[in-house]
Amino acid sequence: MFPSDLKPEQFNGYPPEARKLVSAYVGVLRGLPLSFLPSLLREAIEYDFKFPAERRALEKELANLDSLSAEQLRDWLQGFAQLHLSAQLEHSDWINAPAQFVEQLSSYLWTTHQLDAFRNAALAYADRLRQAVPPEKPPAPRVGITIIGQGVITNGVPLFRKLRPHGAYFRAVKPENGLQLLLNVVAERAKAHPVPYGHWYIDGGRAAPCDPALTCVSYHELEPVRAVLSGKIRSQIERPGMGPENLRTVLAQLRPVDLGLPTKDGDAVLDRFQVKMLTEGSGTQIFSTTFAQWTAREALRRAQPLTLLVRFAPRQRQKPMNEMLSAGHEVAELDPLGSLIDADMGAYYNWLNLQRLQGAEQSSFLVWFEDHSEAVAIGPSLPRGTESTTAVALDQLLGWAS
Amino acid sequence: MSPQFLPRSVKDRVRLAPYELARQLAWTRREFLRCTAGIALGSSLLPSSLAARTGVAASKRKVIVITFGGGARDQETFAPEGQENIPHLMHELIPQSAFFTQVVNRGILGHYVATASLATGVYETINNFASLPPEHPTIFEYFRKDLKRPASDVWVVAPSNGFNRIGESSHRSYGPGLGARVILPKHLLTAATSGGTDYDHLLRDNYETPYYTPELGGNGFELQQLGTMLKLSVDDFKAHARTLSSPDELSVYIVRQLMRQLAPSLLWITMHDIDIAHAGTYSLYIEGIRRTDRLCADVWKTIQSEPEYAGKTTLFILPDFGRDSDDDAGGNGFQHHRTGDALSRTTWMMALGAGVREGVVFDRPMESTDLVPTLGSMLGFSAPLAQGKPIQELL
Repeated sequence: MFPSDLKPEQFNGYPPEARKLVSAYVGVLRGLPLSFLPSLLREAIEYDFKFPAERRALEKELANLDSLSAEQLRDWLQGFAQLHLSAQLEHSDWINAPAQFVEQLSSYLWTTHQLDAFRNAALAYADRLRQAVPPEKPPAPRVGITIIGQGVITNGVPLFRKLRPHGAYFRAVKPENGLQLLLNVVAERAKAHPVPYGHWYIDGGRAAPCDPALTCVSYHELEPVRAVLSGKIRSQIERPGMGPENLRTVLAQLRPVDLGLPTKDGDAVLDRFQVKMLTEGSGTQIFSTTFAQWTAREALRRAQPLTLLVRFAPRQRQKPMNEMLSAGHEVAELDPLGSLIDADMGAYYNWLNLQRLQGAEQSSFLVWFEDHSEAVAIGPSLPRGTESTTAVALDQLLGWAS
Repeated sequence: MSPQFLPRSVKDRVRLAPYELARQLAWTRREFLRCTAGIALGSSLLPSSLAARTGVAASKRKVIVITFGGGARDQETFAPEGQENIPHLMHELIPQSAFFTQVVNRGILGHYVATASLATGVYETINNFASLPPEHPTIFEYFRKDLKRPASDVWVVAPSNGFNRIGESSHRSYGPGLGARVILPKHLLTAATSGGTDYDHLLRDNYETPYYTPELGGNGFELQQLGTMLKLSVDDFKAHARTLSSPDELSVYIVRQLMRQLAPSLLWITMHDIDIAHAGTYSLYIEGIRRTDRLCADVWKTIQSEPEYAGKTTLFILPDFGRDSDDDAGGNGFQHHRTGDALSRTTWMMALGAGVREGVVFDRPMESTDLVPTLGSMLGFSAPLAQGKPIQELL
């Protein structure tokens, strides 16, 4: 089947809001190349479970495509149109299973040496889209906070080497009550700028009590979900003929209810997000440091929050993968020093991902070695590559960075 | 399509043509090496023939290939901030080596298929996760068929059960009976220990896809061959394995036994510890790099100390490919090699030992597929179906 054959009723399997959205644009969808359209449908089919920022971006993208003339559309998408696809891809159910199609497309593009052409086409399209539909400016400058090193008493590894050139390194931070001070700052921002999913607290361990206005995700809270997921992976892998790609497809189809969610809060969007962190992330099921980093990355990319506080916690020590996935309720041996190194890199990635959002030049970032006196603050008013021995509280430091 | 998947803050860099990025990477590597290891730019040196340099007839030469896997980036290796992770390469091996700064892999960036491409000289397109042989003849088949070498003269030591079919292709003119013997040390250890728990740390498999261990078929190594070929008792093997800390250490232990007992002329070692990076833990990725660095030096020392190898062996060390750049928003930095960006495709190679000029760096572009025809020219066999070109600087 080709896009030109599309009919509105073929989207009847989509969730209600997604169906409504896509049905309104069937006309323009018919004119899109098959190498492009399923990528768009992969986003659209999830519309009911997307964060507000994602929804608005998708709506604008569709409206923009709809506003183009046939000639402009060809021009915008010519790179995609020139790709050769297989008959198997053309005959697959790309309407109802667009994510599966995109996975198969990716494999096909690698195999046929067309990945670079696809990449160039995607970059060209994204550039034009950004010009036509600029990303939304945030209603307030964004703030990112990362706390690393929980449980580490002494450390001989130099920290923040990648971040220091971008901001000021403080050696005499007052660590007392630091986490609470920072959570208070985040809560105050949530009250001052009440944006849905605009203020996040991600904890790689057990979350500290926090203001209900924050979107809170913690590795500890998801322990029962992770246990159910591990059981499902085990049962799938024991089935004859099950390979990694099949397993990935099965995992991608899991819904919150399959893993014991929804939670008591009944937030379908957040539940879906959390499930995706565990089913689509690599290593997130077994290493809390990976979970915290990947969740922060996805929260920034998808929800585009105004405030993000990420607190890393010690992960379990490395063991064979199968053993880690099969672990029961026994207490895992932890690796605080290894986790500190993971989190130090994770903090850098949090900053990089914050920089990818609109308004990056006004954003500020703080990384703190928990319960210690070291921190780096980055912001428009702080000099780069400097050091300070001034005794300062964390909330004050954040104020300087903003 | 969500534009968030695509680079923004670094868009100018991404806009550079891939070959420009590769050239920049190569230049940067050369500068690092020139400053720290004091090596010269190779293109300024006059060539001389391989035979004249080695004084060893092609029929007596030996080659060992180590794939520095599964993929490491410059910033954790050759860049100034990464050199602390590769002290053995930097201070022991590179000063003795010819170093190629720009080895581009234009194929599929999956470890099995990329290693198969290195071994065939053709960008293979087989399923990375299936237990399939390469479709094109391997270097092992070319070597054995052309030079009429026995199976015991060509070995592959690979860490993952997924590599069990790498020894010979499905090509109708080559294939069954002409390939390399393949040892999968973890498979061997599993058989020797009958599932005991003392060795779990050596049996980690396939970090990208935990749980998945393909059923073994093809050219598996039988347990009884421990005694007959490697001269190792099961008890000795188990006792020594207990002292090791990773699958790659186990592989190098087997390599030493092979070198001592069988002294194969062509030996291919695939390292894989670094690929723990797929689990997203930076500290374990760095540990993997440091361990691989040490193990490469261990193999080099073994070459020097074994009479069958000393003075007539050329060692090649190269990654199968790199890993994703921090700058590419489509990836997640060191964790994967999925974007196909220049950093994940552009890597390096060092050659050292018999016939190789020491302390020179070459930064012209070459491809991963050039390895097989180069080894063919060095060892005296032809690789007619390989797509690459012999590296003249080594001949």
